[in-house]
Amino acid sequence: MNKKLQALIGAGAMAVSAMAMSAAQAAETIKVGVLHSLSGTMAISETTLKDTVLMLVDDLNKNGGLLGKQVEAVVVDPASDWPLFAEKARELIEQEQVAVVFGCWTSVSRKSVLPVFEELNSMLFYPVQYEGEESSRNVFYTGAAPNQQAIPAVDYLMSEDGGSAERIVLLGTDYVYPRTTNKILRSYLNGKGISDEDIMENYTPFGHSDWQSIVADVKAFASAGKKTAVVSTINGDANVPFYKELANQGIKAEDIPVVAFSVGEEELAGIDTAPLVGHLAAWNYFQSVESDANTAFIEKWHAFIGDESRVTNDPMEATYIGFNMWKQAVEQAGTTDVDAVRQAMYGQEVANLTGGTAVMNTNHHLSKPVLIGEVQDDGQFDIVWETEGTVVGDAWSDFLPESAKLTADWTYPWVCGNCEKPMY
Amino acid sequence: MRNDMFSVLRRSPFSLAKTRDVALRLGAVIACLALLVIATPNSAQAFSDEELRNIAEQLNDKSATKKVAVIEEMAADGDPRVAPILKAMLDGDLYVRDSDEHVVIATKKGKVFTHIDIVSGEEVGESSSKELSKIKINNRLRGALRDALATLNLFSPDLNIRSAAVEQIMDARDPAMLPLLLRAIDREEDETLLARMELAQATMALAAGETTEERLSAIDVLASETTPQIRAVLSQFVASAEAEGYEPEVVAAAQDALESVEGRLSTWQTIGDVYRGISLGSVLLLAAVGLAITFGVMGVINMAHGEMIMIGAYTTFMVQQALGSILPSGSAWSLVISVPAAFLVAGAVGVVIERSVIRFLYGRPLETLLATWGVSLVLQQAIRTIFGATNQQVTAPDFMSGAIEFSTGLVLTYNRLWIILFSIIVVAGIAAVLRYTAFGLQMRAVTQNRRMAGSVGIRTGYVDALTFGLGSGIAGIAGVALSQISNVSPNLGQTYIIDSFMVVVFGGVGNLWGTVLGAFSLGIVNKFLEPMAGAVLAKIFVLIALILFIQKRPKGLFALKGRAVEA
Repeated sequence: MNKKLQALIGAGAMAVSAMAMSAAQAAETIKVGVLHSLSGTMAISETTLKDTVLMLVDDLNKNGGLLGKQVEAVVVDPASDWPLFAEKARELIEQEQVAVVFGCWTSVSRKSVLPVFEELNSMLFYPVQYEGEESSRNVFYTGAAPNQQAIPAVDYLMSEDGGSAERIVLLGTDYVYPRTTNKILRSYLNGKGISDEDIMENYTPFGHSDWQSIVADVKAFASAGKKTAVVSTINGDANVPFYKELANQGIKAEDIPVVAFSVGEEELAGIDTAPLVGHLAAWNYFQSVESDANTAFIEKWHAFIGDESRVTNDPMEATYIGFNMWKQAVEQAGTTDVDAVRQAMYGQEVANLTGGTAVMNTNHHLSKPVLIGEVQDDGQFDIVWETEGTVVGDAWSDFLPESAKLTADWTYPWVCGNCEKPMY
Repeated sequence: MRNDMFSVLRRSPFSLAKTRDVALRLGAVIACLALLVIATPNSAQAFSDEELRNIAEQLNDKSATKKVAVIEEMAADGDPRVAPILKAMLDGDLYVRDSDEHVVIATKKGKVFTHIDIVSGEEVGESSSKELSKIKINNRLRGALRDALATLNLFSPDLNIRSAAVEQIMDARDPAMLPLLLRAIDREEDETLLARMELAQATMALAAGETTEERLSAIDVLASETTPQIRAVLSQFVASAEAEGYEPEVVAAAQDALESVEGRLSTWQTIGDVYRGISLGSVLLLAAVGLAITFGVMGVINMAHGEMIMIGAYTTFMVQQALGSILPSGSAWSLVISVPAAFLVAGAVGVVIERSVIRFLYGRPLETLLATWGVSLVLQQAIRTIFGATNQQVTAPDFMSGAIEFSTGLVLTYNRLWIILFSIIVVAGIAAVLRYTAFGLQMRAVTQNRRMAGSVGIRTGYVDALTFGLGSGIAGIAGVALSQISNVSPNLGQTYIIDSFMVVVFGGVGNLWGTVLGAFSLGIVNKFLEPMAGAVLAKIFVLIALILFIQKRPKGLFALKGRAVEA
């Protein structure tokens, strides 16, 4: 009798566990979409972020997955083609039924997928510094807003340590991010007493390769006797010929420092940086940051990618923070349901790689530290300045009159991304 | 301290020269020399060893303001041991040794750092990077260091170091340097440098001078020069004239001088624009000249042309990697070897494409366009898979780095100068092949009349393959040159494909000289429009002008005469 009972219980237990296993398989895995260009112009930057997400997913699965399920990354290639981003986003959400999407780099690709995410009420984590002036209920912005990158950077240039610049050149690629950022900067600089005649603004097409005239113009502009600095929002491929021309025309960082918002460790990989030592970049993370979290992250990255020479950069950290925040929010909400996870995201805290804590605010932007680094001859950055503590990302710039009035807050009573008054 | 000592030493031979007694004079000179030998080291060393060590340790202070003060203090006394320390700091070679907190100059060899004592200048040990912490500098400190070094180097025995110091002082225009500069002027013997020193003096004397005569003579000196700095000095002076209450005749003279300087500078600006136009033209020419053969001569709309350039650039990268262990980086030989290598690799790829795809599509331009576009995507993605999507670094050889700088603000960068020369050589080479070789003859024959050429025994298919290979190979050579100024990435080709077609169509399909003229005129027009309209609008204007031109002359600048290219 006893034995029979035991056998029965044993069999029952086996059956239950077998059922549980098949149920787990039936409830499948949690799918995570990766929407980064793997071909075309932006592949140079975005491929790395795809690999970062894959690494994080891999890591998560090794540590037991999420909500007891395995996580599966669904990778698509929008091929640097902005309308294709929207199509691929729809494919990920409707056909693949992903719980969340990590993706986009350029602002124009984000603008392209925005209506899709809002229509289908899905969730996007956007990991790149951008021009602000946006807060969507369906997007979490883990890169820097202008007040977390551009404004501190020009403050530094105008400070004594940065060289007390009195004349500023704004160089950018001709699209929405540089134009908006420069609009904010111009208004900010005017407020700081730098008049329009001391500001030179210049835009070039994507992939511009002949910088001779522009660099010569900058030199002429800088010869007026006032200390001049360059703020560069030049994006992507155009940076390599730009920096090569700077180096060849002998522009030294102590004479005309260039601070870049889109040049990180990865972009410098194609350049001999010895003549560029001292030029600057403003980010929220550099590979050279000394912290335990960063050392562990770099080791993990090298092991995953199988190449010791690969660098890490700021958008990778933003992806790392976004992914971990989403993971925590899902664990807290106990589901991957978009609305529940979104509620759980607010106030979510995650250790960043610079030794501090990233907090998600109700305007869907992070609190991050701002760092300014100098290019070194090994292609890395040496941090010369950083904010004390973190800066709260500001969706709507305070320096543009029409946007200073707007507030982004997705919690009660505001529940709005661009309102002058609370909704409720 | 040391400067006073020097002036005494300098003056003494002159005063002694007046004495009548030759023997006495000789004796005095010998005594003087002896004094120089004995006195100089002692008197010049303003710091004791201990003091120098202590003050150098303060260079590691946290505050940049404090560091600047320390640098100025160190440089002020003219101790000859200071310059190497400051130079090392500027170069990022100054470290604090963790073991004894001493400041040392450390030079890296492989993974080992050799320590050099700052006081004695001798080697005092070695270690790995872990036992040293670098003294950090920023741009403000770099500026302070360079100014300090300039004042120290103003009396250097090396003419080049002195010239560099004078240029630095001219850039800084710090009135505090004026007394030192005046002393240097007294001592200077080199005529050219003396003129530069006087110019530097004038830039400072204009505002700092006390009498009207001093200012007027400073303006006189300035007006004869043509540099952007002088323009800045004069315009600042004129702008501040009212606030400072300068004399009217001085302001008027400054205004005249400013106008004449500006007039001369604008001529130089035009010269600069022409040069930059030629330089852009040479890049366009290099990119387009291969297409002038595949598209121009053969009539193949080759969308994969850009990828041939890319293959050439990647070949350069591969050659550099392969030779990296044998040749030092920056060696010219890797580029020299890359040229034939890129020609062969890109040419071979071209022949394969011609044999496998294009030969089935002759006379069907639309299908050719689509097929070659497909080929270009395949090639791009293949490179992306093999090498990764990120840029590869091609090191510039030493002779291609840097620039010839004119004081007028015109900068001729060496890489662009070499590329201009290189493009001329390539075009001359192609012209020679077409004109003087049997293959060139056959090629022209096939182009002009395929059936006739075939019937006199030319293997037209074979000639087609080789012609396409030649065009592709030349695109590969262009890739070697473009790797020096552009990204070596899978997208390299796309940057140049549209420009290449523009040049060939504008110049006249099938005409090499048309391509040359087309490239240079497009380059120059672009560079003249750019400062006025901006890079984006300049490109648009050029494109519109080109479209209108093609409406008027559909065959481009030089239409091919004689029997038409086969249909």
